[in-house]
Amino acid sequence: MLHSPLGRAARQYPDHIAVVEPGKGSISYRDLDAVSDQVRDRLRSDGVSPGDRVGICLHKSIDTVAVIYGILKLGAAYVPVDPGAPPARNAFILNNCAVKLAVIGSRFEDNLRAELEKLGAVPSLFVLGDTGGGMALRRALDDAQAARPAPAATTARPAPQDLAYILYTSGSTGKPKGVMLSHENAVSFVDWCSEVFAPQTSDRFSSHAPFHFDLSILDIHLPLKHGATLVLVAEDVGKDPVRLASLIADQRITCWYSAPSILSLLAQYGKLASYDYSALRLILFAGEVFPVKHLRTLSRLLPAPEYFNLYGPTETNVCTFYQVSLPIPEERSVPFPIGKVCSHLEGRVLDEAGRELPRGHEGELCIAGRGVMQGYWSLPEQTARAFHEDQSGRRWYKTGDIVVQAPDGDYTYMGRRDRMIKRRGYRVELGEIEAGLYRHPSVKEAAVIAVSDEEAGKRVRAFLSCRDTKHPSLVQMKGFCSKNLPLYMIPDDFVWCDALPKTSTDKVDYQRLKEMG
Amino acid sequence: MTDDIEGVVKDFVLKEFLPGEDPHELTDSTPLITGGVLDSIATLKVVMFIEERFGITLQAHEVDSEHLDTIAQIAQLVRAKKS
Repeated sequence: MLHSPLGRAARQYPDHIAVVEPGKGSISYRDLDAVSDQVRDRLRSDGVSPGDRVGICLHKSIDTVAVIYGILKLGAAYVPVDPGAPPARNAFILNNCAVKLAVIGSRFEDNLRAELEKLGAVPSLFVLGDTGGGMALRRALDDAQAARPAPAATTARPAPQDLAYILYTSGSTGKPKGVMLSHENAVSFVDWCSEVFAPQTSDRFSSHAPFHFDLSILDIHLPLKHGATLVLVAEDVGKDPVRLASLIADQRITCWYSAPSILSLLAQYGKLASYDYSALRLILFAGEVFPVKHLRTLSRLLPAPEYFNLYGPTETNVCTFYQVSLPIPEERSVPFPIGKVCSHLEGRVLDEAGRELPRGHEGELCIAGRGVMQGYWSLPEQTARAFHEDQSGRRWYKTGDIVVQAPDGDYTYMGRRDRMIKRRGYRVELGEIEAGLYRHPSVKEAAVIAVSDEEAGKRVRAFLSCRDTKHPSLVQMKGFCSKNLPLYMIPDDFVWCDALPKTSTDKVDYQRLKEMG
Repeated sequence: MTDDIEGVVKDFVLKEFLPGEDPHELTDSTPLITGGVLDSIATLKVVMFIEERFGITLQAHEVDSEHLDTIAQIAQLVRAKKS
């Protein structure tokens, strides 16, 4: 069970610092275990049962980590949403998987409640005054205890296939879809991480990714399994390479894990040469292709750590890994392979008919094993389409990524089968952006393409036609999108046309749009 | 040099992030971060620009939508730092 190691670590290393929130405070293993027990008891008393879903809309903090463990201890599944996303999107997610209760920050309460009311179903809300350092949670628990004492509940022993969490990702139909991940999925992944990265109690892991992002599973659950320390990186610092560079040094981070985009920024703007990074032993990156140019710059500035490229969709978490050999030759410009399949999983390359292809042939990477999701919440058809069932009845998750396997077994990523892109580590279905644009009353047609950009990785360009004679301004369109889409989905460019180009079958001609740039 | 902080910031935002936009659409109170005009990297570029242009340093907690969401807020922050 995903939460069991915390109790063990708390018995073994009660006074070790489990989580640090720079500038706000820290919490020991003993206290984290105790506070998460209180969360478990409170949620149970508030009507949450094992098997229920519990939403989380909080900034990343010690409070949030304790809430996650409290939910797991109760045997419920946690559903983290992005507190910075439009409230309507978060309300959709919480409503979609029918959370029994949501733990939310008070600053999000009014907007979220209003959006939930529009959907006609407001779950119980457990509201924290403001997150930070664990104090808000303790206050809220103490206040609730004084008003309505919660008896001690037992820590659940969920079955391996019971859900531990649901992470929502971009959906091509315009609505996010919930990836259901079980205790077995999560534990098999965390155990694989233990095997490869060998965490020590002296390690200090970064937590850079937001908690609704699958990178957070390694961030949170790996260090806390081993008595190591988790250092939370606040959202605002995490976006700022100058401040981040000093935080990594000051906090003596030993294991860093993030999307490549922030590492590229650190290499370019972080003034890394002026800090002491002697503690840093591992740099892990995942979520998108790391441009070799920036990886080379980073590894020259920080030559001592080991660098691992981790690859995998939310549906499997990390499924392949590759250790980058240093130094990176000057002449290399092609990205590194995504590597070999992790030991708790198996991989195959299949053609469109589901036939296994020999090494050297391009095909779709499919993954089976204990780390593979159960399916998408309440979407049986999409779930069925996501899997290939082989003759023995075994389910293989179709990643949608086209790869080729080299003679040495390493996979190389070649591209996507569909219209999904990676942006700042997030996966984005271009269709979801189009669906968002169509909600604008002036938009008659909308089509979105991604174009390569050396700095940002990908730029998103929207082509639009207008119902009115005068089209909305750029400021108006960006403002509209910010209310309907997460920030990382807002197009960079808006191109207005009289009408979008069409194919002979009257579909939007994306090829022509790409040629138009 | 700092008399027209609003104008300097507005010119930078228009040139870098809103190419081709009618300047009248961008006012001192247009929401930049919460209005989707500036993403995280764009916000960083604005911060680097104003730090260099006005010779100030922003603290980590100031780099967010509570302090930098409009040109008016940015100008207010710059003036406070310079005074």
